[in-house]
Amino acid sequence: MIAVELSRLLRRPRTWVMLALLCVLPTIVAVFVKTSGVAPRPGTGPAFLSAVLANGALFPAAALAIVLPLFLPVAVCLVAGDAIAGEAQAGTLRYLLIRPVGRVRLLLAKLVSVMAFTLLSVVAVAATAYVVGTQLFGSAPLPSTSGTTLSTGDAALRTVLAVLYVGWSMLGVAAVALFLSTVTDSPLAASLGAIAVLVTSAVLVGLDASASVQPYLPTRYWLAFVDLFRDPVHYRDVLRGTLLQGAYIVLLLGAAWANFATKDITS
Amino acid sequence: MIQTSALVKRFGRVTAVDGVDLEVREGDRYGFLGPNGSGKTTTVRMLLGLVLPTSGRVELMGTTKVREVLPQVGAMVEGPAAVGHLSGRANLALLDAAGPGGGRRTRKGRVEQALEQVGLVGVDDRPVKAYSLGMRQRLGLAGALLRRPQLLVLDEPTNGLDPQGIHEVRELLLELNRGGTTVFLSSHLLSEIEALCDRVGVLDRGRLVAQDDLAVLCAPTGRTAIHTPDLELARALVLDEEPHNDHLLVRTDDPAKLNARLVEAGVRVEGLAPERRTLEDVVLELTSSGSDRIGAR
Repeated sequence: MIAVELSRLLRRPRTWVMLALLCVLPTIVAVFVKTSGVAPRPGTGPAFLSAVLANGALFPAAALAIVLPLFLPVAVCLVAGDAIAGEAQAGTLRYLLIRPVGRVRLLLAKLVSVMAFTLLSVVAVAATAYVVGTQLFGSAPLPSTSGTTLSTGDAALRTVLAVLYVGWSMLGVAAVALFLSTVTDSPLAASLGAIAVLVTSAVLVGLDASASVQPYLPTRYWLAFVDLFRDPVHYRDVLRGTLLQGAYIVLLLGAAWANFATKDITS
Repeated sequence: MIQTSALVKRFGRVTAVDGVDLEVREGDRYGFLGPNGSGKTTTVRMLLGLVLPTSGRVELMGTTKVREVLPQVGAMVEGPAAVGHLSGRANLALLDAAGPGGGRRTRKGRVEQALEQVGLVGVDDRPVKAYSLGMRQRLGLAGALLRRPQLLVLDEPTNGLDPQGIHEVRELLLELNRGGTTVFLSSHLLSEIEALCDRVGVLDRGRLVAQDDLAVLCAPTGRTAIHTPDLELARALVLDEEPHNDHLLVRTDDPAKLNARLVEAGVRVEGLAPERRTLEDVVLELTSSGSDRIGAR
């Protein structure tokens, strides 16, 4: 079933359109920065972008910071929200369950497929950005955000860690959408519901009045991957983010399983 | 093959299925009838494990663990469904790969055979979203036949087919039945059930109001229908049990004698035949109007 789901993911035109769009956005930003020669002043604009002009190898990190607040989570919400509700709406859910595919197995296969999409998109963005960045801006030894120089191996390791961290954060998003996808028969409602959760969280993170709940908000530590490029690495927020997303993932996937395993399929 | 006892399903305060005891025997061609909203689809979904019963028991092929025997069941519930951007072949192959049983190497053969059976073997690689309603219906049927099931559970299988297609599907189901496949056909089309089935269950407002062989339900009533232009003359001679304006209904043990008597008295008899109830008569008598008819309160 997992193989079937992966093959369906890859054969779906929508997958490739979304990947292309995700990769286009940072490329557009890079072209503008290159042609104008004006980068955001340090401390403003997306993270890392100010340093990109001097060093294209930093652009993958900048690209992740560009797609992270909106584009990437929206794409993940669309795919994960569609997972069960999309099958229900198309009517194929009942035929899969009659085939029979176990409900837990189906949920698991959908989860793996969503994870594959998440990882694929994060890696695709990072890879495109690396090519675009080094072509447009040239590469130099990667400087850390603390000012020291990183060796190539060290820089690669940190980029991989950043990709994994962003992927893990997106899995938290996917868990929200996947849970909602088992609740409703409308993929649009599931995706928009998950996006609404993220927007709410993002608003509260920016609000001083809600400081007391901020450590528990799903979007709170998303940008902590920036800390991975400090020297020495600041692990505090990254660890908190990892644990928080882990808690959300376990809780919501548990809820999705409990709901779906005993649900009347009337679609 | 299928046995349910005291099957009940409530959705909130609505009781959709209310104590149904189905009995479908091996080799049956079972017609499951009922007005719209009588609980047919909910019952079918419970048989297949899609909807969980509120109470009662479902036994499929001698076991209550329905999931274990589902690989030997082919089903079509509430119309066909397929992934729109893939071809029919790709859809069948994915469905085949999704569940247990059957090797990868023999998959292509199974898919081609199922397409052949439903008359889609020459179909090209266009995506399913470009299919006509009839082609989709055939593809759905192919999906049900894919695993060479011992039990076919079909909900309105001829929906969207032209008369030729309906005939083809009926012949196919009869042929499969001769080969030992039990067919459970849920429909509100009486003609379809009458042409195909040998056993009938009638559902009304969630209750099974009849379950018997078609031949028993539609047995002769013991009355004889007499068609004649001389209605008044005939009525003076024999007791017309149910006055109609073109024929008489007379209870008799010996229609030949009755005929002789009428002719002797100068009644010109056009036709004389035992009265048979049609399936429609039976169903109309047993059921109320469907839940889609909202009358005055």
